[in-house]
Amino acid sequence: MTKYIRRAAALCAVLLLALLVNATRVQVFQAGAYDDNPANRRQTIARYGQPRGAILVGGRPVTGSRDSGQQLRYERTYTDGPLYAPVTGFASQVYGTTFLENSEDGILSGSDPLLSPFPLWNDATRAQNPAGKVVTTIDPAAQRAAYRGLGTRRGAVAAIEPSTGRILALVSTPSYDPGELSGTGRAVKHAWERLNGAADKPMLNRAIRQTYPPGSTFKVVTAAAALDAGVVTDLDTPTTSPDPYRLPGTTTRLTNELEGCEDASLRYAFEWSCNTVFAKLGVDVGLSDMTRTAADFGFNDRLRIPFSVAPSNFDTTLDKAQLALSSIGQFNTRATPLQMAMISAAVAGGGSVKTPYLVEKTTTRSDSTVSTTGPRTLHQAMNPATALRMRELMTDVVTEGTGANAAIPGATVGGKTGTAQHGIDNLGTPYAWFISWAQADGTMEPAVAVAVVVEDAAADRGDISGGGDAAPIAKAVMEAVLGF
Amino acid sequence: MAADPPAPAVRLPRRRGIEFTLIVMAVLLSVFGYCAVAYARHTALPPGAAVYGAGLGVLAVLAHVAVRLRAPYADPLLLPIAVLLNGLGLVLIYRLDLETPGDRAAPIQLIWSTLGVALFIAAVLFLRDHRVLQRYTYVSVVTALGLLVLPILFPAVNGARIWIRIAGFSIQPGEFAKVLLAVFFAGYLAANRNALAYAGRPVWRFKRLQLPTGRVLGPIVAIWLLSVVVLVLERDLGTSLLFFGLFVIMLYVATGRTGWIAVGLLLACVGAVAVGWLEPHVHSRVQDWLHPFATIEAGQGPNQLAQSLFAFAAGGMLGTGLGLGHSILIGFAAKSDFILATAGEELGLFGLCAIFLLYGLLVERGYRAGLALRDPFGRLLAIGLASIVALQVFVIAGGVTGLIPLTGMAMPFLAQGGSSVVTNWIIVALLIRVSDSARSQYDGTTAP
Repeated sequence: MTKYIRRAAALCAVLLLALLVNATRVQVFQAGAYDDNPANRRQTIARYGQPRGAILVGGRPVTGSRDSGQQLRYERTYTDGPLYAPVTGFASQVYGTTFLENSEDGILSGSDPLLSPFPLWNDATRAQNPAGKVVTTIDPAAQRAAYRGLGTRRGAVAAIEPSTGRILALVSTPSYDPGELSGTGRAVKHAWERLNGAADKPMLNRAIRQTYPPGSTFKVVTAAAALDAGVVTDLDTPTTSPDPYRLPGTTTRLTNELEGCEDASLRYAFEWSCNTVFAKLGVDVGLSDMTRTAADFGFNDRLRIPFSVAPSNFDTTLDKAQLALSSIGQFNTRATPLQMAMISAAVAGGGSVKTPYLVEKTTTRSDSTVSTTGPRTLHQAMNPATALRMRELMTDVVTEGTGANAAIPGATVGGKTGTAQHGIDNLGTPYAWFISWAQADGTMEPAVAVAVVVEDAAADRGDISGGGDAAPIAKAVMEAVLGF
Repeated sequence: MAADPPAPAVRLPRRRGIEFTLIVMAVLLSVFGYCAVAYARHTALPPGAAVYGAGLGVLAVLAHVAVRLRAPYADPLLLPIAVLLNGLGLVLIYRLDLETPGDRAAPIQLIWSTLGVALFIAAVLFLRDHRVLQRYTYVSVVTALGLLVLPILFPAVNGARIWIRIAGFSIQPGEFAKVLLAVFFAGYLAANRNALAYAGRPVWRFKRLQLPTGRVLGPIVAIWLLSVVVLVLERDLGTSLLFFGLFVIMLYVATGRTGWIAVGLLLACVGAVAVGWLEPHVHSRVQDWLHPFATIEAGQGPNQLAQSLFAFAAGGMLGTGLGLGHSILIGFAAKSDFILATAGEELGLFGLCAIFLLYGLLVERGYRAGLALRDPFGRLLAIGLASIVALQVFVIAGGVTGLIPLTGMAMPFLAQGGSSVVTNWIIVALLIRVSDSARSQYDGTTAP
């Protein structure tokens, strides 16, 4: 019997060995795959197990974290949700993250290995880094001015610092409170359905994700191309421009809304926004120079600020009639408000287009720097000499032309209005545009460049104009930055 | 089996001091685990730590005193292992109670453990010689069958008819039946093993494989039918597997006939295929085992086995630490059938292996007592009791780690379940009794 007992014992030993080997398989060799299985809640639980890092505007956090006592413990809160929603985006336990909450998620959730001085040590101890902070470039005064200026109208504002590309304001209206989407549960689901179903698309970040026909504001690009290409050598020499202008190869006649555009000088045409003059200028400059200048300003480029910006469009294959229309910001030409602010900033900043950015730096919870962003030049969009003459033209618009509403005493302000037709047969409510920059008297550099678009500018169609609806908002934003 | 050896010439050391030292360490380890849970959750020591430690310590010391009085030669490892596993089980259940504030299982488990220790002490004090049990061979089997059939009269709980409810307490009679069946098998096989061993004729002339004749095959078929009946009527795959495995092992040890193994395996295969095909409950268990993540792919979220595997994986080598895992995601039965997942997640592979080795040691000490004993009944009883523990650990631990299809069964001492913990204390008491006989009769011819 002893022999058989020993054999039975050997069987038990085999069973024990099988358990040990299998436990090793599950806990060591397959552990990684099981940990990463999307149905495994542990990573989600760990992610929300500590307060989310703060996003700072003007040195103060605009976000917080709330202990919900649920399985996913900490929920995101926002101090001024609708105001900063185009900057922060939302951080939802159900619907993921957007904008800064998305692109800086590693820092904000604490998972970024750069937050840890000894990454391997944390792997061993299973300790989690405290979440880091994200310091934005936003100027709270400018942001508020833009948000207040837009009020209940649909529109967007982008403001940047011309010398660096720092984004000072990024506003989109109507907005929403991202805090409504933070947690889990029925209220969050309802908020998500309501916001996604809303006709005026409150979650659309119009400042960077929506492209509009830029209309007359695009004439800045056409004028710069014409000056750079030598098509126009003097601002005050009359051009050869018929009025009405027959689009090349068609019988369509392009007209102006006001008199005096026939053979007008560039200065007059820019000041009073003569469509005929700029349409012909675009054709005279030619497709290759126009597309190159547009591309140098940032068109057809995929920007990241650090989240992605919808590319602004200037078609690269056009016949002459299409080129004529494209040169006055119609046809397929489309731009984001941020793109138009970059154009304005390039004029103000000597022709150099800076890469716009929203994150000044990221830090650990105890304020030691993790990463910083500095100014980078995207392109030289025009000669400095051209830029000087464009400054002159834009300044004239504000002092004498359609942009008088943006004038600020004590500062040099340049601007350009635009009223963009759109929709089938151009029957949609036109978009009111205004792009501008401002330099306080006695300073070396322009402090701010702004682009404003108002979608539903006024109830009465006849009153819509960039100068009337958009310029006051731009003025308020510039004043906020200048500290006036 | 050789002729009875002469009377023992030397006596083994009693080693009660070692047992006491190990018991103290087992109690301290449990109290440490209890404090670790509370500290991890509230960063403060629990107020009841001293009471808990004292309670467990008093129970353990009382059991130790009983062993000292009436089984002085008993194996010194058995009791400390039981105390440690029971203490660890209480810690794990207390830890899971923190996640389910409305359902506190640890206090009830402590009451059952006390009852278990009381029965242990009673068994050690009053059962002076294990051979007395041989007289009750047939009483045991009748009682065991009665206990097994009893739950069929009660409503099913969670798809299985294995519980009876009396005065708020759930009792699983099948747990007690295990011990009684081991007694019956030991008694029956000790009496009939020669008839079983030498009946029948070889199937193949050149091999030693011999099939038994129909006359002695009867009881085996009866047991096989019993396990199938248990399975079908009570939907308790684990228990039927345990009974059948236990019987095959004891039959083999008693007769040494590989033919029995062949018959056993054949019957087991026939039974498993038939039941797996006919019984949807069992069929789904097999499907879950083959495809643990099928419900995830179907968009229904992870099932219990997938959650259990996630818990083990989350533990990795070193574990998250007591109180810091999320094994409660397993949901239903996290404190009972899936208690090992909590151990795996919070104590890691190292902790899990330590627990497996504790069970291995417990089984090994039982087998060792079986080897050292001289009477066939005692030997078979020791082997049977140790095999119950071994099979039970394998079936449930293999189930929750995805080694074999999952069947509901209690992890001995660790899992929530009063009947189970009481039964396991009785098993340990009987092992103490037979090991005391074995070591007090030690004659130097076999391993102690």
